[in-house]
Amino acid sequence: MISSVSGAEVAIEVHDLRKVYGEHTALQGIDVSVRCGEVFALLGPNGAGKTTTVEILEGYRQRSSGEVLVLGHDPARRAASLRQRIGIVLQSSGIYSQITPREALRHWAGFYPHPRDAEEVLSLVGLTDKADVRTRKLSGGQRRRLDFALALIGDPELIFLDEPTTGFDPEARRTAWETIRSLQVLGKTILLTTHYLEEAQVLADRVAIVKEGRILAIGPPRDLGVGAAHYRVAYRDASGETVERQTDDPTRLLHELTGEALARGEQLQELSVARPSLEDVYLELTADA
Amino acid sequence: MPEALALTWRQYRLERRMFWRNPSAAFFNFALPLLFLAAGGAILHGNQQQLNLLVPAIGGMSVMSTTFTALSYNIVFLRERGVLKRIRGTPLPTSCYFGGVAANAVTNTTIQIGIVILAGRFVFGLSWPPDWVELFVFVAVGVVCLASLGVTFAHLIPNFESTAAYVNAIFLPVLFISFFAFDSKSAPGFVHNIAAALPLKPVMDGLSGAMVSGSGISSHLDALAVLGLWAAFGLVFAVRGFSWEQKRG
Ligand SMILES: Nc1ncnc2c1ncn2[C@@H]1O[C@H](COP(=O)(O)OP(=O)(O)OP(=O)(O)O)[C@@H](O)[C@H]1O
Ligand SMILES: [Mg+2]
Repeated sequence: MISSVSGAEVAIEVHDLRKVYGEHTALQGIDVSVRCGEVFALLGPNGAGKTTTVEILEGYRQRSSGEVLVLGHDPARRAASLRQRIGIVLQSSGIYSQITPREALRHWAGFYPHPRDAEEVLSLVGLTDKADVRTRKLSGGQRRRLDFALALIGDPELIFLDEPTTGFDPEARRTAWETIRSLQVLGKTILLTTHYLEEAQVLADRVAIVKEGRILAIGPPRDLGVGAAHYRVAYRDASGETVERQTDDPTRLLHELTGEALARGEQLQELSVARPSLEDVYLELTADA
Repeated sequence: MPEALALTWRQYRLERRMFWRNPSAAFFNFALPLLFLAAGGAILHGNQQQLNLLVPAIGGMSVMSTTFTALSYNIVFLRERGVLKRIRGTPLPTSCYFGGVAANAVTNTTIQIGIVILAGRFVFGLSWPPDWVELFVFVAVGVVCLASLGVTFAHLIPNFESTAAYVNAIFLPVLFISFFAFDSKSAPGFVHNIAAALPLKPVMDGLSGAMVSGSGISSHLDALAVLGLWAAFGLVFAVRGFSWEQKRG
């Protein structure tokens, strides 16, 4: 049975989720629980199973086995009452080429019981300038913003974002991050996938690192390093060479290094201690064995 | 129910707007049959017997191009572009969505049949259709049959680039065989048999009865039966094989 995370209400519960495509096993037992109001990121290399997981939660794909609850519903049943409460940005999807963003948003608004104002959403994603331009004339990044806008128009409680900022220029990415944070402030739950470590680090309350259909590590980005990667201690030795050592116990290593240096009457030039970054953890975990 | 109707109506209006904004779709839907009419009319000028055949034949072709051809194009395009998948993620009920799409096709059929009737009456020396009931029945059954076959056919088309090749590989041969068999009593027997079993010539026969001879539905029951069988086949497979997502490979 699914056991809930203590204290908070749970938006998404996944237990031992498996997905097989013909011969290929894409998901080999995923366990995840996302609290209401949380921003949760799935991070992993190409083909890790991120889209497969998200699309099972969205009701697009059928799972092979396991338990899944999204806002209390089994998404495979595709209840309209669930779809009214979620917003979806697919990894790739299209739109009528002759429609304008404003028309699209007004039309989509009609699908939902309590939609947001189209103009407000246009300005939220930064498309006000392009509101009356046919979508076929929009740039890739502008179309992506429209994807985002269409996911928000129904004022969803839970938002799925599959690589929402791929193809954004750096400024657009920052804007998108601000938008996502503003959604979090409104109490929305967000499940996003990304290849950008910085994005996960900046946005997510918790991150799961996925590879080959398994979760390798899960936790708040700043805690993920513990146990999974090592502190890096670097300095320049007497001959001027940069030395880098990795350790799980920086206190002890520093004590040894500084003790030895003092005993030799040397200095440790440019001594630094680095916490393992999410990137270190990620690279270490996803490196091919 | 009123809400479902309202959603269908909104979807229909959107489909209409998108249709008119796509010049090539509008061209193929309207200009092509008109061109056939004009060309045929010029060649057969003064030969009323032939014109009596031309007008319902073009009517049948119109039904096919506005339903079968247009829907297979549209469905493949929307599927491959990921529009269908996006719509599937919203609370819009499937029936409202397809209601809007189908109503859009029916509107095009209606407009074209209207043009063909007007052209027949005012340019090609026909009277007003003597049997409006038969006209309605054959257009309606033809639409259901060819629209569902269009949706079914879309399942077989692997990507948007090859849509024209696939659709024409069906549309053109069916059109020629049907025209040939419809027009010429002297066509070989097997051509007549094939044409009678395909879903286009029965529509032409019914329209001919409705627009020219006024012979009544009862003289075209066999045609109606053929269309009914195709429609049953089309409806089952249109729903069954339906794919909301891009085909892989
Ligand atoms: N419909 C499908 N049929 C067969 N195999 C599939 C299908 N969808 C995904 N796969 C396979 O399942 C694995 C996981 O794919 P998925 O799209 O979930 O990865 P991802 O983590 O989203 O990758 P990316 O970062 O490239 O988007 C891949 O090996 C992929 O080839
Ligand atoms: Mg993916």
